[in-house]
Order: sequence, then structure tokens, then C-alpha cells
Amino acid sequence: MTDAGGKKVASETLLKVEGITKIFGTLKANDGVDFDIVPGEIHALLGENGAGKSTLVKMLFGSLQPDGGTIYWRDSAVSITNPMQARALGIGMVFQHFSLFESLSAAENIALSLGGDVTLSKIAAEATRVSHEYGLPIHPDRLVGELSVGERQRIEIVRCLLQQPELIILDEPTSVLTPQEAEKLFATLDKLRAEGKSILYISHRLEEVQRICDRATVLRHGKVVGHCNPRDETAKSLAAMMVGEDIHSIERSEISAGPSSEEPVMVIDGLSQPASSPFSVPLSGITLSVRPGEVVGIAGIAGNGQSEFFEAISGERLQDKGSRVMIRGNEAGRLGPSGRRRIGAAFSPEERLGHGAVPSFSLSENLLLSRHASDRKAYIGPLGTIRRGALTKTLERIVKALDVRKSGYDPAASSLSGGNLQKVILGREFDRSPALLIANQPTWGVDAGAAARIRQEIIDLARNGAGVLVISQDLDELLEIADRIAVMSDGELSETVPAETVTRETLGLMMGGATPEKHHEERVATMEAGQE
Amino acid sequence: MSFEMAEAILLTIATAATPLLIAALGELVVERSGVLNLGVEGMMVMGAVTGFAAAQLSGSPWIGVLAAIVAGAVFSMLFAFLTLSLATNQVATGLSLTILGLGLSGMIGESFIGTPGLKLQSWVIPGLSEIPLVGKFLFAQDPIFYISILLTICVWWFIFRTRAGLTLRAVGDSHGSAHALGIRVIRIRYLAVLFGGACAGLAGGQLSLVYTPQWVENMTAGRGWIALALVVFASWLPWRVVAGAYLFGAVTIAQFHAQAQGIAIPSQFLSALPYLATIVVLVLISSNRRMTMRNTPASLGKPFVPER
Repeated sequence: MTDAGGKKVASETLLKVEGITKIFGTLKANDGVDFDIVPGEIHALLGENGAGKSTLVKMLFGSLQPDGGTIYWRDSAVSITNPMQARALGIGMVFQHFSLFESLSAAENIALSLGGDVTLSKIAAEATRVSHEYGLPIHPDRLVGELSVGERQRIEIVRCLLQQPELIILDEPTSVLTPQEAEKLFATLDKLRAEGKSILYISHRLEEVQRICDRATVLRHGKVVGHCNPRDETAKSLAAMMVGEDIHSIERSEISAGPSSEEPVMVIDGLSQPASSPFSVPLSGITLSVRPGEVVGIAGIAGNGQSEFFEAISGERLQDKGSRVMIRGNEAGRLGPSGRRRIGAAFSPEERLGHGAVPSFSLSENLLLSRHASDRKAYIGPLGTIRRGALTKTLERIVKALDVRKSGYDPAASSLSGGNLQKVILGREFDRSPALLIANQPTWGVDAGAAARIRQEIIDLARNGAGVLVISQDLDELLEIADRIAVMSDGELSETVPAETVTRETLGLMMGGATPEKHHEERVATMEAGQE
Repeated sequence: MSFEMAEAILLTIATAATPLLIAALGELVVERSGVLNLGVEGMMVMGAVTGFAAAQLSGSPWIGVLAAIVAGAVFSMLFAFLTLSLATNQVATGLSLTILGLGLSGMIGESFIGTPGLKLQSWVIPGLSEIPLVGKFLFAQDPIFYISILLTICVWWFIFRTRAGLTLRAVGDSHGSAHALGIRVIRIRYLAVLFGGACAGLAGGQLSLVYTPQWVENMTAGRGWIALALVVFASWLPWRVVAGAYLFGAVTIAQFHAQAQGIAIPSQFLSALPYLATIVVLVLISSNRRMTMRNTPASLGKPFVPER
């Protein structure tokens, strides 16, 4: 057997899984899963959200116990009852939702997962050494709560490497990274593979898997639907395996009326605001208009002011004067989110749980939270009572229109997978037929099938006469759905350019050479210097 | 004010501050693990009555001290079982613990009302205790005073200098992350609550065996609540607990003296001072983001139910 580099690979298997089954209530999260990993390979575990990937790796790492099946480690059957034991065997894990402690320093975080009584200063020195060796720079003394997501992930990886694992499990590692950070991660993974370590790479991003993985196991509804070499497949065939059906390619008709023929639905005029904390980005002189019928895309590397921009136009942060943000001819700059919704705007924030939806509230209650002002008569009775019937009827309509998969009639928002919750959050806005939709990262962490559906709905909404503004770090997404694209960099917004005249490369150049992290550190340094 | 009087006032401040210090140190460890136990007052009063009764029945105040510690610890296990094993709401459970403790102690102590108590004798260190002004304060105190100072050093050392302390802080910061790393969250929280209970019991014992050696119903008189406020006042740092305990101890003593001198400060105002000070401190610490992030247990009061 040879790997992609043509290098000999030991014939023994490192890890083999036979017939692993895990049942939650009536749901078979894993149903007789088989696969194996050999030393020195990057093995992809592919599947849609909710296919059972995370459940499977939690069992490999000892956080969950299987209900059936056997795990073999170096050809002998093992039962992994807790993470300590997994680490002792040589299995390391980098979590999707980081398992870091924000109030502790990077070095303290690393110390917690290493056994024994090594002093903190030794751990810090060792971590610094490993972090340089693998090109993952970290600051051992900084508090994790002060760091960017990319840097947090580097700490997780360094922590994992310090345990000298033979198998490293990475759960959706790039879902939180900028393209540049992802590149650095891939270089690290290549180096680890060259050293003979094995990597189990969980993802639903097909391009990545095709690029770096040697073999792939595809899961669907908890079952293995195939093993393949991802390089022999096309993105489309892999996606079809994951989803079980062909993904509809997106249809995008030309804008019927000429873009300049109608009054804009939104005009932003010289929007500037100072940074509200050392960790946020000031906005300066943003000018933009969105016309009915078109999708305008905002590209940019994470942390360049996109969240602040979204807060400003959604009314979470008010402007200095009303005319800074005009929505359908109304001065909206001094209106809060409900006021802006009343005049026809709709918003979908980036963070689904906690911002887009209250995790413990049911879907219909979450529906009410975004529409109580704009559709007051439909959902609120004369005495301020909630019209539950009307709410659930609307929910049914959304569920049907967007094919939302959920457990139960009206479950809590937190029980839905990311993709399905995103469908509900966007669906409740689509359902209103708003004149203006502002969506921040509409398909972030959403599987391919759901993402295609959401993108199609966004285009259809625009073609039916609404103006849509999409903020996204996914350039392919913007090129697919936007008519015009502008780039946000360090709190400033470029002129918009027609989407058909740009490519990934030209957009990349527009984003500029500076990484946001560098700017961030400079800003923190200035703020700290100012305080002293 | 005469010299002797200043010396005497210092001594009484120490006696008033010691129970606050011990109970607050215990609660500090509990809160560092992410558990909010509002039952300090209840555990304290149980310690006071049990300590008094055990001393009476055995004739030894030391047996009383031990009994007070055990009573607080046992009582805290009721809280731990409910909030950690059954994941009940910590605020509601803590409040019930206080109400239960006040009632139960009244019942247990009924026959001891009016009985003259046994007092734990002071340890006077010859020579050193003759130093003017601070000699008596530092070297002629009751044993529980010395224990409280030793306890402060140990708690500080444990939290910031040991691996177990790091684990404790980690659990208090994010029980989910701790669980994912294989740290046994529930067990650590049980131990923290047990320690907090033992401390509250000891603090109660100090009241009925040193401060005022007798049993009076509700004799803790809100000291458990002050201890709780102190932990926040100290922003979860042991040395600041000492400063806070002595400050609030001094306020208590000032209250007596102000009354004796006929100074017209309403005693209610002085009683409210600790809580006012806590609010001021809360406002001040929230302005230092790094400090707050570093020392406030982020998962304080949140129940933890591991995924199975």
C-alpha cells in the first residue's frame, strides 16, 4: 500500500472500528459503523450535519460509550471508557467547540490535559518549542479569553501534540478559520503525516477533503455509505454520497430590471463608529446602497469589521444621526432592530444560538421574537396574549418550504443541528417577504445540501423584488449568489464591483495583505498603552 | 482613645472578623468550583449549635470545635446531593438550606438556651504577646484565629500554586470543557462543597465557643450572608477576603462603640455597609476586563449534567 506521496506505509492498522452502534432514545446516531486507519494517513470522515460524525469520534475519545461494536487499537480490542485512557493509548483530539478555559492562560490550559507534575514554566517552554516546530505560533501567558478563534485552535493543537499522540482527531477544524489560517493548518497536517502520524479529519467541506485526505469514509444517517479515495471523486459525487441525492445546482436568473432603474431599498451614507471595546473594530466612512432585485455581497477576512457593520445596520448599535442608514426612504439610523424591522428590513445574524435564536426557547417562540414587532397583529392578541395557533401555522409553513429536519413538533432551538436551525432563522425572515434582508454568514457551518437550498432562497427573494445584503467569508458563496461584491478590510468598505468581473484571486487581492490578527494585536497594544 | 482601649478594640475586631474570614474562604473554594451555595448561614448556625451542644455534653470545647466542623460538612452534603447529583437549582436549594438550618438549629438548641457555655482558651505566646499594641492581637488569640490565618495561606497556595487548584479553577470556568478533558467535574464539586461546609461549620463553632460562649437562637445574625458578599467583594481572591473580613469586622465593632458613645449613625446604616461596599467593588472590578475574566468563575451557579 502506498500513500499519495508514494511513500511506503506500514501494513498494520492503527485503529479499526467494527460495527459501532450508539443509540440516543429512538435515534440510532451510529448504526454498525466500520472503518480503519493506517499509520501516516489523513483519513476523512465525511457527512452532513447530524450524520453521526461527532458521536463516532466522541466514542473513539472515550467521552461517550458505544452500545455495540468493537474498537481495535493496534489489532487488539480495547474499551475506551474515558478521555484519559484514550490519551494514554495515543489518541489526541482537537474539538470543534473548543474545550478550552477562557479564564486560564494558554500554558495552564495545556497543563490541564497533561498528567504528572510538570511545572508551568516547563510546559510553557515546551509548548513554545512545539508551536514553532509546527508553525503554530502561540503566546503561553495570554489568557485564552483574549485570543482569536484561530489562535485558540492553535493552542488546542499544540496541547494535543504535546501528548505525543499516534492518532489525532480534528473535528471540523476549518469551520472557524480564515482561508489563510486554514492554509497554515494544512501545512501542519502535511508535516504530521510525513512524521508517520495518522489524522482523522472530520469535515463537510469537500474541497478540503479532496485536497489533503488520502482516504475517506462517508456517513449518512449514522451508517457508512462508502469508503473512497477522495481524489478519485468529484466534489459532486462526494456530495451525492453524503446527501444521498444530487445537490441541485443553483439557478440564478439575470436581474430583470436594470439595477439602476429603481430607488435603493437601503442607502448607507458615511457610516463611522469608534470601537466599543479593545476587541472590536472601528468602522470608517462606509457608503453603500442596495437596490431591489439584487444581492450585494460583502467579502472579507473574519475580524475586519463585519460583525460591527452588521450590528450597525441591524440597529443593535445606533448611529449618530438618522440619515446615516436609510431604509426604503426612511431615516433608520436612530431606530433599534424592531423599528427597522417595522419598515421592511429583516436580519439574520452570524451566531445562531444566543443571537439568532434563544437556545432553550421553542422554534415558535423564537419565531415570535423576531416578528412580534413587524407582524404584531398576526401573532399578538388584543390583550397582549400570544396567538399560538398562528405561530405554529407559520412554523409549519417554514418547515415545509425549507425542508427543516427536527425532532418533535415544536422543539427547543438548541436541539436542532446547525444547518436546520439556520433554515428556521432565515426561513422566518423569508416568510415575511421583507423588502430588505441582511444576512451575516448565512451558510456558516451548514452542510452542502442545506447551504444550496439557503442560497437558492436568497436569490429567489431578491428576484422577487427584495434587496439582499450578504456578509460572508466564503468567496465561492458570494461569487455564486451576489450581483455586486464589496470587500471589507479593517473597518473600511471598498467600492462595489459587478460579480461577473471578479474572480477569487482578484477578491483576495482586494482583501489586502494584512492579516486581521496583526491589526488586532496592534490595536490591543495601543489600547493597553493608553490605559497605562 | 487610650492605648489599652486601642489594643482591646483590635482584639475584638479580630474575634469579629475570624468567623467571616473562615466562612468566606470556604465559600470562595466552593464558588471557584462553579457552585453557588447560598446555604452558608444555615451551615454556620448548624455548626454553632452542634459545637455548643457537643462541648456541653463532652465537657471539652475542642470536641465542640470538631463537632461544629462535622455538622457543617454533613449539612453541606445535603446541598451537594441535591444540586450536583440531582442537578436542582443552586439558588433555590441554597436558600432552603439556610431556612432549614435556622429552624433545625433552633429545635436542637432549645434545651441549651441560657446554659453558660464553655470557652475555647486563648493561646498566649510568652514574650511576643508583650509587644505593645500588636502583641496581644497577634500572639494572644484563640486557636481559631490562628487556624483562620493558616487557612488563608493554605487556600491561596492551593488555588494558585497546585495542580489540584488549577483543576478546581478549570471546573469553575467551564464544566463542559473540563468534562471533555476527562476531569471528574461532579467529584471535584462535591469535595469543594464539603470543604465549604466544614469551614462554615467551624465559623459557626467559633461563634458559640469563642465569640459569645452560649447558644442563642439565630446567633449567626446574618454573618453567613456577609461571608457570601465578602467572596464577591474579594473578587474570588483569598487575600482580599482577609482585608474584607477585617474591614467588615471593624464595622461591626464600630457599630457597638458608636452606640456606646451615643454617636447618631443609624445602626441599620452600618449593618448595610458590607453590602454597599460589595456593590461598589462589583462596579469597580467589572471595569477591569482581564481581572474579571481571570478570577470570576464563569460557570458559577450553572448545573452540570454530563452527556451519557
